[in-house]
Order: sequence, then C-alpha cells, then structure tokens
Amino acid sequence: MRPLFRLLSDELIERIISEARDILCNLGMEIHNDGVLSMLSDHGASVDSETNHVHFTADIIDKALAAAPDSVKLFDVMGRQTHDLTGHNVYFTPGSAAINILDPHSGEIRKPLTADYVEYAKIVSRLDNIASQSTAFIPSDVHEKISDSYRLFLSLLYCEKPVVTGAFTIDAFDVMKDLLVAVRGSTDALAAKPLSIFSCCPTAPLKWSDVTSQNLVDCAKHFIPVEYISMPLSGFMAPVTLVGSLVQHTAETLSGVVLSQLTRPGTPVIYGGSPAAFDVRYETTPMGAVETQMIDCAYNEIGKYLNLPTQAYIALSDAKQLDAQAGLETSMGATLAALAGINNISGPGMLDFESCQSLEKLVVDNEICGMTLRLARGIEPKEDFPSQPIFEELLREKHLLIANHTRKYLQDEHYFPGAVIDRANSSRWKEEGSLTIGDRAKSEIAKLLGGYEPTGLSDDVLAEMNGLMKTEAAKHGMDSLPHEDL
Amino acid sequence: MELLDQISLNLQNGLDEKVAVLTKDAIEKQIPPKEILNSGLIAGMNIVGRKFKDHDIFLPDVLLAARAMNGAMELLKPLLIKEGIPIRGKVVIGSVKNDLHDIGKNLVAILLKGAGFEVIDLGNDVPAEKFISTAKEENAHVIGMSALLTTTMPVMKKVVDLAKDEGLYGRVRIIVGGAPVSKEYALEIGADAYSYDGANAVETVESFFPVNS
Repeated sequence: MRPLFRLLSDELIERIISEARDILCNLGMEIHNDGVLSMLSDHGASVDSETNHVHFTADIIDKALAAAPDSVKLFDVMGRQTHDLTGHNVYFTPGSAAINILDPHSGEIRKPLTADYVEYAKIVSRLDNIASQSTAFIPSDVHEKISDSYRLFLSLLYCEKPVVTGAFTIDAFDVMKDLLVAVRGSTDALAAKPLSIFSCCPTAPLKWSDVTSQNLVDCAKHFIPVEYISMPLSGFMAPVTLVGSLVQHTAETLSGVVLSQLTRPGTPVIYGGSPAAFDVRYETTPMGAVETQMIDCAYNEIGKYLNLPTQAYIALSDAKQLDAQAGLETSMGATLAALAGINNISGPGMLDFESCQSLEKLVVDNEICGMTLRLARGIEPKEDFPSQPIFEELLREKHLLIANHTRKYLQDEHYFPGAVIDRANSSRWKEEGSLTIGDRAKSEIAKLLGGYEPTGLSDDVLAEMNGLMKTEAAKHGMDSLPHEDL
Repeated sequence: MELLDQISLNLQNGLDEKVAVLTKDAIEKQIPPKEILNSGLIAGMNIVGRKFKDHDIFLPDVLLAARAMNGAMELLKPLLIKEGIPIRGKVVIGSVKNDLHDIGKNLVAILLKGAGFEVIDLGNDVPAEKFISTAKEENAHVIGMSALLTTTMPVMKKVVDLAKDEGLYGRVRIIVGGAPVSKEYALEIGADAYSYDGANAVETVESFFPVNS
C-alpha cells in the first residue's frame, strides 16, 4: 500500500474551494495586462479597465477546470519520457532562481557565476533521485536581461533532464521558447513532448502582474506547461490561519487556471505554489516552518480534488549552511511532500528562504529524496508467504546473505544512499579521516563532476542554440559568453 | 580471453560452478597451481574487495565470490600441498571466553576463507588457552579474536600474554575486533592489529601475507 498523508477532509476542501470561487467572483483579481483583461471580458467576466479589476464568473471557472488536463508528461532533451505528473507520482526538482550560492571552498554566501551554473547542471545530470533540473540560480556574470534565458541555455547544454524555469520579462519568453524549440525541432514537437515547465507567480494578495500573466498566456499558446506559484504569507499578506491562507492560495491559483485554459483549452497546468508562514519576529518567510509545509500539503490535496497535477516548494531549508537545521527542515518537507503525493517536489539544494543554492546540500538532499522515494513505495509482501521456507533456510545456512530471496529483493527493498550518508562504524569513520557531511559532499561532487558525460544533442542543434543565445547576448552588448571560456 | 582471466571474472560474478569447471580445466592444462591461485582466484578476489570498498558491489556479492573461491580451493589444495606450496595463511578464529556473540566473527571467517586463507573456527566462548594450543598444533599464522562485551575483552589480553609466555608472540600475528574493541585497545594489550569490519579484517590479514612472498 502506498502510504498517504492527509490534512483536509473532503468537506473542508469543498468549503475552501467554494469560498475561493466566491472571492474570485465577488472581490475579483487585479490584473495588470490589457490583453488578459480583454480576453476575460470576451468570456463574460466583468472588467474595470480603470482599476484593472476583474470579477470572474462561476461559468469561466467551471469551463477552465473542465478543460485542464489531469496529467502533465515531461520528456528529456533526448525526447525520452521522464515524468508523468499525475495521481500520487512524485518527482524531485532542485529549488530554483536563487540569487546566491554557498561557496564550497570559502563557505561564504556569494553571487553565483556561470562556472557555478555549469557545475550545477553537470551534477544534476548525475543525481539519480532528482528527476528534473531547475534554473537553480542566476549567473551574475552576464547582463541581467539575459540572465533568465542564459540559465535555460546552460541547462539544456549540460544536462539532459527536463527543466523547471521561468522568464523574468515578457520579451525573454520568446528566446527561451526558441531554445526549447531548437532542441525539439519544431513547435509541434515541443507541444507533443514538453521539455520545460515555466513557473508563473501571482502577486499576493489577488493580483497578476503584466509580466507573469503574459508569461501564462504565452506558455498556453505554445502548449508549454506552467506551474502557478501563489505565495500567500500567513498573517501578513494572507489570513493568519492555515485555512484562510489556503482560501487565498486556491483563489489565486484558480485564477491562473482560468487564464491558461481560456487562452488555450487543454494546455498543461500544474497546481503549484510557494506559500509561507510569516515569522513576525524576524520578518521572514520560513520555508522550513512546519506550517508552511502543512499549507503546501493541504493545497496539494485541493489540487488533487480538482484533478490537477501538483507542485510545491517544500524540500528546502532556511539555514545558511549545510548544518543540522538544513537537514531537518529539508527532510521533514521532503517526507511530508512524498507522503502527500505532491507530484513535483521543488527545493533540493536550497537554503536561506529560497535565495541560496548549495551544491553540497544538493548532493545531500539527493539522498533525502532517495529515502523518501523509498518511503513512498511503502511495504508490500514479496514472496514472503508462506514464511516457513525462508526461516528454514536461515536456520540451516546460519545467514541469508546469499539466499536467492535476498539477492532478488535486496536492491528493491532497501535504498542504499551514496557516500555522503555516513553508515560506517565509528572506527572506520575515524580511519577514513573523521569526515563531516560537508567533507563527504565535497568529495562526492568531485566524483560526480569527474564522471560527467556530455549530453547527446547533435552538433546542428547545439549550433542553433548557440546562434540564438549569441544573438540575444549581442542585443545587450555581450560579444562573448562566459561558458565559452570554461 | 586467457583462462586465468576467465577464472577471475567468473569468480567476481560469483559463479561457483563455472569457476570450478574452469579451475579443473586449468589444472588439466598443467597451469601451475600457484599461478591459478594467484593470477586467477586471488586476483579476482582482490577486485571484489576493491569494488566492495567502493560500494560498487555489496556483501552478498562478496560472499558469492567467496563461495566460488572456496570451491576452487578444494580442487587446488591437494596440489598445493603436494608441491609443497604453503597455503596463503592459516587463521585460528573465535569469539572469546564468555562471549556468545558470533555473527561478526562468522562473517570475518567466511570472508577470510573466501580470500584463500585456511580458517580454523573455534566458535564462541573460546578460552584463552584454546586459542594458543590450537595455534600451536595447527602451526597457524594468525589468531583472530572477537568480543562484543566490554566484560569479555580482557580475555584478548590473556591470549596475548599467553602467546608471549609460549613463545608465539611475534611469530603468530594477533588480530582483534568487535563493537567495544578499538585500535587503541589493540595497541594497549599488544595485539598486532585491530579491524573495524569483515572486509577490513581480510585487508589486515592480507597485509601479513603479501601475494608474491
């Protein structure tokens, strides 16, 4: 049986959805995009163009929900299916868009460089429990106008896994889409085999900016999956209660579903988010707070109730280094998320309120992901009944280390973490240098980078991608790009 | 592929029947037994040991290889004895007096046997005198002792002291292990070595007997 964790009764879910729908219809949303407002008006919503306010109707919400698909499949750079985001399937994605990186050598939090990004992409390509990459941080050594497209370019160049990304401007979407099309060969091929998810964030409370709403529309036009990242902050920009925050999250996310599905019915969408408790002592948004994680798991239940794939920023920490807090918050989030069946679990590698990526933490988190993926498979009998024969064998042979039953099920029943998790006895641990988890993570990184193999993209595709990126860079005065010198 | 390489490869894959057939084949082809042992079987086991240490393979794989090694050794042993070639080394092993824990000791015995050593397993609850008398009778090269209780650890010192009294000390190497035992304790009582697990015990005993000696 697959173990499942639930926080909400169906009755409570229905009430939350009903309240959220009422808010969308009665209070409405503020949307700073004329095209989107006019589309909504065309579908019967009442729009006040002076205040950019739109009142949704029950009809368009129903239509949107009926049109949204219940599964999103992803395919890697080479066109192989890697994800089926549906039901209780779970996959892990590194936390995205950090502005900093924890320097592995100095231990300082600093601005990331292209060289860091390339290392990151190479490492992700080799982490078994991380199914996709994200554009995890923002290289600071390129013009800010290309920092979003350049991240995607580097990811596609160095790692075959699908990419969770996002555009920072309306214009950037085009080149990012063109890079994806270059990999697939055509827009139709990209629509048939999605390679990337774009994160699109409403603004709390109950608003969409010009850029993010336009990104939603542009993604829908090209059948590119989006995940809505609603971010209510309990007690600050959302009601303090978890239920109140869930009502707001539902309203904002449902509005996103409407925008996508009105643009192009059937476009793939993911019921995601990054809500947070608000810590009124430090004025911060703790991602490792248990209440944050409860809101995540609960809105995932609401998403499932609406038959939509789900996502959350939940397997991450607010610690500033790879310490016990980093481990405990990330593990708690990853465990709850896997048990709740959140389809795309975002966060590995991330520290400091989603602002700092750490490659060391990423390889440690890969093991947390491995353990939770094992947990989610639950306990099933495997040639265990009747039990007597195996016990007869045990008593006869004195051990079962080489029993057929052991050999058949060892790797399936037990997840064996890599060398970053210390399972040596204390004498061996001392003999091998009394290494800390940070030391072990560093040597694991060196090992992963040493065994890196380039992607299988053809020279033609690489040339086209390079051409697109160089043209974009030239527009912003960059004649060369940092990765060329690596 | 050369026959000895095939023996090594099949041994690494834990295919005991295949290793036995190939060993017979090698004997029939007049390949010197010492070469079959060193360049086929022990070469294979060395690779198994290294892969195990790197976590490329797990304990069951090592034990399967050890089983294949044991099967081949049964065929080779009479020939080695006939030609006066000393076997790799003889180890007397046991859990010390009043200690009934023998899982760790058993694992060490299996692994040592698998690495080509002759192992005389005295079981558990073994008095100090028994280690010494057996080592003498059998002309053993190594005494291996295991203890899982702090209360039984002093037997290890008694064995070392007896070895000194009986003139075995230095000639017969003494290796100790078990959860409460440490490198420091081994040094303190005058044992030759401490091992923290089964594979490490094999490495340690191997270090007493370089293959080419």
